[in-house]
Amino acid sequence: MSAANGPAKAGPSEAASHRDVVRVDSVSKDFGSTVALDKVSFAVEKGELFGFIGPDGAGKTTLFRILVSLLVPGAGRASVLDLDVVRDYRALRQRVGYMAGRFSLYPDLSVEENLTFFASVFGTTIQREYEQIKPIYTQLEPFKDRRAAALSGGMKQKLALCCALVHRPDILFLDEPTTGVDAVSRREFWDLLGRLKEGGLTTVVSTPYMDEATRCDRVALMHRGRLLDVDTPDAITRGFDRPLLGVRAKERYKALLALRKFEHAHSAYPFGDVIHYTDKRTGVQPDRIANDLKAFLTANGFADVSVEPLTPTVEDSFIARTDSDPESRIPNPGRVA
Amino acid sequence: MSELVIQASELTRTFGDFTAVDRISFDVKAGEVFGFLGANGAGKTTAMRMLIGLLNPTSGTARVAGHDIYTESEAIKRSIGYMSQRFSLYEDLTPRENIRLYGGIYGLTLAQIRDRTDVMLKRLGLTQVAGQAVRSLPLGWRQKLAFSVALVHQPRIVFLDEPTSGVDPITRRQFWELIYEAASNGTTVLVTTHYMDEAEYCDRISIMVAGRIAAIGAPADLKREHGVASIDELFVGLARPEVPSSP
Repeated sequence: MSAANGPAKAGPSEAASHRDVVRVDSVSKDFGSTVALDKVSFAVEKGELFGFIGPDGAGKTTLFRILVSLLVPGAGRASVLDLDVVRDYRALRQRVGYMAGRFSLYPDLSVEENLTFFASVFGTTIQREYEQIKPIYTQLEPFKDRRAAALSGGMKQKLALCCALVHRPDILFLDEPTTGVDAVSRREFWDLLGRLKEGGLTTVVSTPYMDEATRCDRVALMHRGRLLDVDTPDAITRGFDRPLLGVRAKERYKALLALRKFEHAHSAYPFGDVIHYTDKRTGVQPDRIANDLKAFLTANGFADVSVEPLTPTVEDSFIARTDSDPESRIPNPGRVA
Repeated sequence: MSELVIQASELTRTFGDFTAVDRISFDVKAGEVFGFLGANGAGKTTAMRMLIGLLNPTSGTARVAGHDIYTESEAIKRSIGYMSQRFSLYEDLTPRENIRLYGGIYGLTLAQIRDRTDVMLKRLGLTQVAGQAVRSLPLGWRQKLAFSVALVHQPRIVFLDEPTSGVDPITRRQFWELIYEAASNGTTVLVTTHYMDEAEYCDRISIMVAGRIAAIGAPADLKREHGVASIDELFVGLARPEVPSSP
């Protein structure tokens, strides 16, 4: 596991590698008494698809706004493409593409008019940049005369991505492009990001959907203004340090409540139709825990119980790293011990 | 137990020559947690607006909590609760004030409001912050308070529109425990979500595609019938059109 708020982890090579296109060193930002960012450090390498994963209020938007020079850090330093985000903001703005979290296109302009407008701001045209935007624009072209306001959520996001790309930026910052978008359109959007990555574009993207972490080369787990971890999705889930068991029972909610009363229970959370369970004991084999759980639930009157070892997801890791945080929530029943 | 709280039959709504909701029929039983799924633009919001008495159907019939959606929309509004991700509470007011406001709107007596306020605050663990502006509370707390406020008049059915959007994973699960608890007390819950794991928490779900109900049933039955491992897989299979016919 890499250090959370310590020196930046720069990927395979050590800190301040020449391949780093984003360098952030101990950046903090307050809004009055609210600490939005608390000594955040990380680096993004050229060509990476890098994700910030965290809920609303984690500080994702504040960080993105600092990186595209719309906000000045309260403390610390940040550079993008070797340009300081405060001193070199004019040069930086020509070279970054930014998609804000809220839909920020002109609702009364058509798809084509929006794109033409954003191209002209950067002194170019749709025709000249066609190759760059082609994979996305071909999906939008059938609706090019439609007003942006009349597009579905998924299509609006594709248009916004297109507008952020039209000036051939060297790096792309996408702040929650898939929030509120249905599961199918989200997949399609990530497919597009994958194609941009194949073209060599560095992309920094944020999302509250933990399952999207696996689409990234590396992710930063973000919570309450701090980075909990920065690593590949695989490394993050490998760091999950207890056996994880999936429990299925017919009466799922009652089984969940019962499991929390089991004497060795460490945590029990519902994940779809499975309950994810961890045990307080250390050094006990998963099979043994599974047998204990089956016996416990059967003795408590549950029928059709099945228990199997599971591979943790990024969401399991995120929960494990935040479930003993007493400040952020009402007493948490899922964390037993 | 098998009393029907929502009965919709051939419910349809057109806007000009566009059919947003196309002859949908479904029932929801008392105490059920019913997941109302669909892609953006599939017609969920239009259907929900008809069921809560905010939009008249073009044709078809529906009864909600025993009331006719054409002639008794005011009675429907009184017998349902509603909560959306975007707006539910007055953020400048305190939790206590929000409960009193909504209690008053729904015609509870002052004594009822007082009793329910204390019970609610205690149950949610919000007693210490009951006098603090809602704006200053973490999002997860606000969402849970909003859910309880939506139930303050003890409605028979509560409509939740993307209630957990952007909420952290633990709070998201705690929110679902409130849903289970409400359902176990007999409240019917109709919920929309973009989290496909949450779809699996529902007793039954429907998946709307282009104004129609493309699938309806218990998640386990649907997965078996369609030979898929997850509702996510089913959703993608049903909702991804061959060509993007509608943006």
